[in-house]
Amino acid sequence: MRLAILNARVIDPSQDLDKVTNIYMARGRIAEIGDEAPEGFSADQEIDATGKWVVPGLVDLQARLGEPGSIFAGSIASETRAAVAGGVTTICCPPDTNPVNDTQAVTELIQRRARQAATAYVMPIGALTQGLEGKLLSGIYSLIEGGCVALSQANRPVQSALTLKNALEYTASLDTVVMLRCEDQDLKNNGVAHDGPVASRLGLPPITPAAETSALARDLVLVEESGIRAHFSQLSCARSVEMIAEAKKRGLPVTCDVAIHQLLLSEMDVLSFNSLFHVSPPLRSLRDRDALLAGVRSGVIDAIVSDHTPLHRDDKLLPFGESQPGIIGLETLLPLVLKLVQEGQLDITTAIKAVTQTPAEILQIPTGSLQTSRPADLAIIDPEGIWTFDKDSIISEGKNSPFIGWEFIGKVEQTFFQGRPVYKNNEV
Amino acid sequence: MTARLTAPNPQLNELGKLKHLLTLEGLKQHHLTEILDTAESFIDPNTNKIKKVPLLRGKSIMNLFFEPSTRTRTTFEIAEKRLSADIESLDIQTSATKKGESLLDTLWNLQAMQADMFVIRHAESGAAHFFAQHVAPHVHVLNAGDGQHAHPTQALLDMFTIRKKKGDVFDLKVAIVGDILHSRVVRSQIQALSILEAREIRVIGPKTLLPEHPEALGVHVYHDIEEGLKDVDVIIMVRLQNERMKSALIPSEKEFFKRYGLTEKRLALAKPDAIVMHPGPINRGVEIDSAVADGPQSVILEQVTYGIAVRMAVMSVIMSNAAQLAQHQAEQEQSALAEENAEMENPQ
Repeated sequence: MRLAILNARVIDPSQDLDKVTNIYMARGRIAEIGDEAPEGFSADQEIDATGKWVVPGLVDLQARLGEPGSIFAGSIASETRAAVAGGVTTICCPPDTNPVNDTQAVTELIQRRARQAATAYVMPIGALTQGLEGKLLSGIYSLIEGGCVALSQANRPVQSALTLKNALEYTASLDTVVMLRCEDQDLKNNGVAHDGPVASRLGLPPITPAAETSALARDLVLVEESGIRAHFSQLSCARSVEMIAEAKKRGLPVTCDVAIHQLLLSEMDVLSFNSLFHVSPPLRSLRDRDALLAGVRSGVIDAIVSDHTPLHRDDKLLPFGESQPGIIGLETLLPLVLKLVQEGQLDITTAIKAVTQTPAEILQIPTGSLQTSRPADLAIIDPEGIWTFDKDSIISEGKNSPFIGWEFIGKVEQTFFQGRPVYKNNEV
Repeated sequence: MTARLTAPNPQLNELGKLKHLLTLEGLKQHHLTEILDTAESFIDPNTNKIKKVPLLRGKSIMNLFFEPSTRTRTTFEIAEKRLSADIESLDIQTSATKKGESLLDTLWNLQAMQADMFVIRHAESGAAHFFAQHVAPHVHVLNAGDGQHAHPTQALLDMFTIRKKKGDVFDLKVAIVGDILHSRVVRSQIQALSILEAREIRVIGPKTLLPEHPEALGVHVYHDIEEGLKDVDVIIMVRLQNERMKSALIPSEKEFFKRYGLTEKRLALAKPDAIVMHPGPINRGVEIDSAVADGPQSVILEQVTYGIAVRMAVMSVIMSNAAQLAQHQAEQEQSALAEENAEMENPQ
C-alpha cells in the first residue's frame, strides 16, 4: 500500500524538520518526505492534511500493559489500542508482570501477544534479577537474545549495593542499557506522599527526597565503576536533576526520564486525599516540578514517559495510603506534552524530541523518526481540536487518571503503524 | 498552572453548615464556637453534671473502630446515650475486613442497616474523607481519629477546657510538647488554636518527632523545653508511643523525660496560672512527672468529662444542621411551587 499525506506540518526532530510538506509511505516504511513524490511513486491513497501536524509515532519508555498476570488491569490488546489513540506506537513494558519477565518464555509470550494485536511495537524490558527480588541475576544474555531492549527492576530497585554492582558489571559486557529507578526502601519507609508541607498538614506518611537522591548517588558510583550505559527512570526531585547534569558533564554514559504527570502536578494536588494522585515516586513540590521542567528544556532529562499503570477500580477505591500507586498515561502523554508547549513551558521541538527521537536512541531502535526507510509510524494531529478527556471515552482498561475532566487543545486524528491506519478518531 | 492551592471543603452543606466533621482545617470561628456553646448548654451549671437530652431520639449512630480505642470510644458511646440515640459499636479490625470484605462493602452494608451517622476511627490518614465521599447523602461522618491526620473532637474538647479555665482561647500562648510528627491530636489542636486566634502556638520536641515542614502548620518550633515553656498560658503534653524508640527516633524513655519531661521545675517557667493538659492516657515519668499530672495546675481529668459534652455538641449540631437544611429545601420547593401556581393563575 502506497500512501501520501499531503500538506501537513511535519515535525520530526530527528532530521531537524519542521515545515509544511508531504510524506510518502510505501511497504510500511517512509519512502520520502518532500514537496515532490519520489520517482515512480503513485499513491493508492492520498490524505489531505492541510492545517494538520504530523509527528513520528511516540516512543514510550515505560508503560504497563497488564499482561501476563492480573496485578494490573488490561491486556496487551487493550492497552496497545489505548496507546495508538494517544499517538504512541512504540511501547516499552517493564518486567513487573506476573510472572515477572525474567525468562525468554515470558518475553516470547509478550511478543506473541503484541504480534497478534499488531497495532504498535511492544518492546519488552527484561528483569535484571530473578523475580525482581534483587538477589539472584536473571538470565540476562538470554533475555537480550530473546528480544528484550533493556534490563530493569521496574519499581523494585535492588537494595543490596553488592548485588547491583555485580549485576551492572555482568551486564556491562553486553551491548545493552540498564534502566534504574532510584529509591532507597529503608528511607522510603512506609511513606506515601512527598515529605513537604502538604504531608505535614495531612499527616500522610512522608517520603523524603533523600530516598531518591541517596539511591541515585549510590547507583551513579556503581554505574561509573562498571562502565555500563545506564538510564535513570522517573526522576522526581530537583536535586536528582542536578546530579544527572553533573554526571553527564563528567562524561558518564547516562540518560534519564521523567513521568509526564510529574511535569504538571505537584504535592498540592494531594490536598484532598484523592487517591488518583497517589503515584510512585510521589508528586513532589512545585520547586521540584519546575526543576524537572527546566531539566527537560536543557536536555539533562532526555525523555518523557507515560509510566502508564492501569489499575483495577478497587485498587483505587481506598483511602490514599492504602490505594495502589499509579496513573494511566498512554492516552494523555501527547495531549499533556502539547499542553506544556501551549503553556510556554517547552518548545515544540524539545517536547516532541523527548517522546520520539531521544527515547528511541536510548534503546537504539529504529522508531521515533520519519527518516527515509524507517517504519512508517506516525500520528496526524489536529492542532486546534478542543476536547475533554472524559472517563467514558478512556480506551485503557484502567480508568485511574487524575486528568479526567481536563480540557485539551490538539487531538490525535489518525495513527499509522508500519504504514497501516491503526487509529482514526471517532471510529474506534 | 494547574495546581489547586485550596481543597474544597467536603464537610459543609449547601448552607455552609457542618454536615460531617472530618477535620477542623478550613472551618470558621463560628463553626467552632457554635459547638463549644452547645457543649456548655449540656453541663448543669450547679452540679457540673452532664444532662440527658432527647435530641437524637430515633437516630441511629454506628461507631466503627478500625483501630482499637478505649477512651475515645467509651466517651462517644456515653455522649450518644446522653443524646438518646440508638447506638451500635463495631470493632472492625476483628470482623468483616479480616474476612476479605472490602472497606466500602462494609460501609455500604452498615449504611443499609439504617445508620444516620458513622463515628469512624481508622489507621489511615484521610480515611474519614474517603468514607464521607462514599456514604449516602443523608448519612453523616464523624472522624474519631484517622491515621496521623486529624482528631477533631479531641481538639474541640481541649479548646472547651481552655475556655472553661481561661475564659477564652484568644490571645493565649500555648505550648505543645512531645511527639508532634505522629500525632493527629496535635494537628487538630493547632488548627483549632489558630481558628480561635491564640496569640502564639509553640511546638517543642526533638527534630525526629517534628514534621519536616512545621511552618506549614503555622507554629513556632523549639527544641529546648525550658526556652519553649517561658510565659505560656497553656501546656499540652502529648503521649509518647513505644514505637518511637523502636524506630530509633529517640534513644529511651529515660532520656526523653530528662530532656522533654514536664517537671514542677519546668512548669514554674510558664505563667503562674498556666494549666497543664494531656489527651491521655498519660505515661507517668515519660512525658510528665506524677507531681505535675496530679498537681493543682493539671486539668487532665476535667478534659475527659468535657469530652462527653463536646461530642454530644458535635453530634447534635450536625443533626440540627441537617434538619435545618431539609426545612430550607422544603421551603424553597414550596415557594417555587407557589410561583408556578401564581403564573398559572395570572397568565400573561
